[in-house]
Amino acid sequence: MKIFKQPFLLFFFIVYFSSQIEGAVEIDLKNFSKAPKFLSEFGFFEDMQNQIPAESVHPYSLVSPLFSDQTDKLRFVYVPKGEKLGYVKNKVFIFPVGSTLIKTFAYLNKNGALEEQLLETRLLINTNEGWKAISYVWNEEQTDAKRAIAGATIPTTFIDSRGQKVDVRYRAPNQNQCKECHQVNKVMTPIGPKARNMNKVLSYQSGEMNQLLYWAALGWIDQKLDSNPISSYTDVNASLDDRARAYLDINCGHCHIPGGSADTTGLYLNLIEENREKLGIYKKPVAAGRASGNLKYSIVPGHSDDSIMLFRMESLDPGIMMPESGRALADEAGIKLIKDWINKL
Amino acid sequence: MKFLKQSNQAIVGLLFFSSSLFSAVQIIQPSENAYEEIQEAFILAEPGDVIRLTSGTYDLQDSLSLDVEGVQVEGEGMGQTVLNFADQQSGAQGLSVTSDNVTLQDFSIQNAKGDAIKVKGVRNIKFLRVKTEWTNGPSPENGAYGLYPVESTNVLIDGCIAIGASDAGIYVGQSQNIIVRNSRAEFNVAGIEIENSYYADVYNNIATNNTGGILVFDLPGLPQQGGHHVRVFNNKSVGNNTDNFAPEGNIVGEVPRGTGIIVQANSDVEIFNNEIGDNDTVNIAVVTYGNETDDTTYYPHPKSIQIHGNKFGPTGYNPDTSKGELAQILFDLSEGNMPDIFWDGLLPISQLIFGQPENEKMIISNNGDATLLAIKPIGYMVPFLEPAILDINEFNGEISPLAKVEFDENF
Repeated sequence: MKIFKQPFLLFFFIVYFSSQIEGAVEIDLKNFSKAPKFLSEFGFFEDMQNQIPAESVHPYSLVSPLFSDQTDKLRFVYVPKGEKLGYVKNKVFIFPVGSTLIKTFAYLNKNGALEEQLLETRLLINTNEGWKAISYVWNEEQTDAKRAIAGATIPTTFIDSRGQKVDVRYRAPNQNQCKECHQVNKVMTPIGPKARNMNKVLSYQSGEMNQLLYWAALGWIDQKLDSNPISSYTDVNASLDDRARAYLDINCGHCHIPGGSADTTGLYLNLIEENREKLGIYKKPVAAGRASGNLKYSIVPGHSDDSIMLFRMESLDPGIMMPESGRALADEAGIKLIKDWINKL
Repeated sequence: MKFLKQSNQAIVGLLFFSSSLFSAVQIIQPSENAYEEIQEAFILAEPGDVIRLTSGTYDLQDSLSLDVEGVQVEGEGMGQTVLNFADQQSGAQGLSVTSDNVTLQDFSIQNAKGDAIKVKGVRNIKFLRVKTEWTNGPSPENGAYGLYPVESTNVLIDGCIAIGASDAGIYVGQSQNIIVRNSRAEFNVAGIEIENSYYADVYNNIATNNTGGILVFDLPGLPQQGGHHVRVFNNKSVGNNTDNFAPEGNIVGEVPRGTGIIVQANSDVEIFNNEIGDNDTVNIAVVTYGNETDDTTYYPHPKSIQIHGNKFGPTGYNPDTSKGELAQILFDLSEGNMPDIFWDGLLPISQLIFGQPENEKMIISNNGDATLLAIKPIGYMVPFLEPAILDINEFNGEISPLAKVEFDENF
């Protein structure tokens, strides 16, 4: 896909956008000291319950998302009017101060008889003092979400992609847990919106469009992007290696990266790591304890059953499972992918 | 909200120049909502605040985390305030701390599913009279570490107790400026372990009933390696004869039952005035890192090790030769008379042939009637040559004391 290497300005003229209504966002996001108690106070949504964003808030989607107990994720982004994003290859876009990433976790239950359930909405707000994470948990009536400082436990049932009912003890993280994944070298940062992970078509109200072009048309991006799309780990046409590395990058690479919260292990799973031992191949565990599962190495090529990585992906025991937080269920599809990958290494 | 926010301002007049002038004491009691109350207090705390957990048992299902600097978390005694994670549903630790200048004191953490207390990447952390325990005794199902500061600077562990960890009870990794004193480690695989760390003083501790008492290790492939300047003195490492119960794959899984002190791949380690005895296999072992690695920056051999003034008790009377290969080799070479001190003798090939630099040689002196066995690798491999040194006096030499570890403990 080379479409994004073309000048964006062309598109700027042919795509029509209605003028932005800045007033939709009602909180001063730059000087943000005390978080409002309710999500509705921000004014990010025109219709809270149906998750219809205000006019200056735009939906987005990721090529390869993080597994979070099979939740559906509704993502939105707000960028203050007239501001632009910065771009550095292989990094998350540099959002201007005042920008906010909005992510609602829900079970939409499209395949079954259960009602839609909005669980929580997480905000990452780029304030004058850097990114701040706040989580709001939806009320039973699904009319609004309330700030959850200590996080929340939401026991519920949802319908999976095969139409089966699944019980889950869903955990909305607390602020500190947000940092576990979003902090690199003690600085908070978004994880998902890298150019390579945004480079796909999305259905907007105005029609289908590549997201990067859409952002260019909004005036957010005005430079050439030098970034091929990441493989979607669900894309059967991509190579097994590309899919597995895309999966590990988005599910593990934010902690298992130099400066990340799992760097004490020396196991690095971010996309650009190339050292085989650092990637886990014949790497002995450092501080795994019983999470080693009596296995000797993170990855034994050709032998997924002897690989600690797979053992920890499969486990539901909090002292063993990886990722450490953010899931209560195993990611069956991810497990199959990594299993196949290790077995063919 | 059940916790009371007491202001200290009433006693402002008494506290001239006190840094806690505007601090608050939040008091939390055991209750159904204890997790939310403690976690909320940890998040909303201001620097200088004290969070006090009153006596009683707190049953917690999710891990706690503290990320506000300058907070003191205190219980009313390690036997009184107990945070129990037996029914933990999420989180890989009991308590995690990621902020600077934190003091943890006078409470216990029990039965965490993973590590009991992990402190990562901080400057200034104190553990005072904190206890971590898995209450079912030694088991591979227990969490890996009790007290677990890592990637930190200025670490003080004083008056603590660690019991039942399936890796190390007190473990300091990839840190610098470390003091572990007046503490007790029992029924862990490793009692006290200093790993990939610089400048540590380990003294006045008791390590007993572990698999190995005190370990000074360095491992490859980590952000900080090349462990050096570790002093281990005035400790008792006695009766560490619990069978190794570490899950396989972990490096401590290779420690034989009945080991007093092990030094692996560190430089500048001084072991003195300790009481080491009643260890089934060996009192002190000095060894090379034995696994393969493609980390070219890693130095696998110990060097500049000094062992002096220690008092040795009986050892080697019931050696565990099932773990690692060295214990069996040692048993064979010593014909069953296991020594107090063992060195595997491994060095870079050039040093095996031409000798070690003077300042890297091991010095062993003034250890009473201690016995020794040091392998001579070339002799070991070539028939008719002496395979080992048995005369401890060959290592006599003048001790060059390492500097004391000091930092401001009043942060």
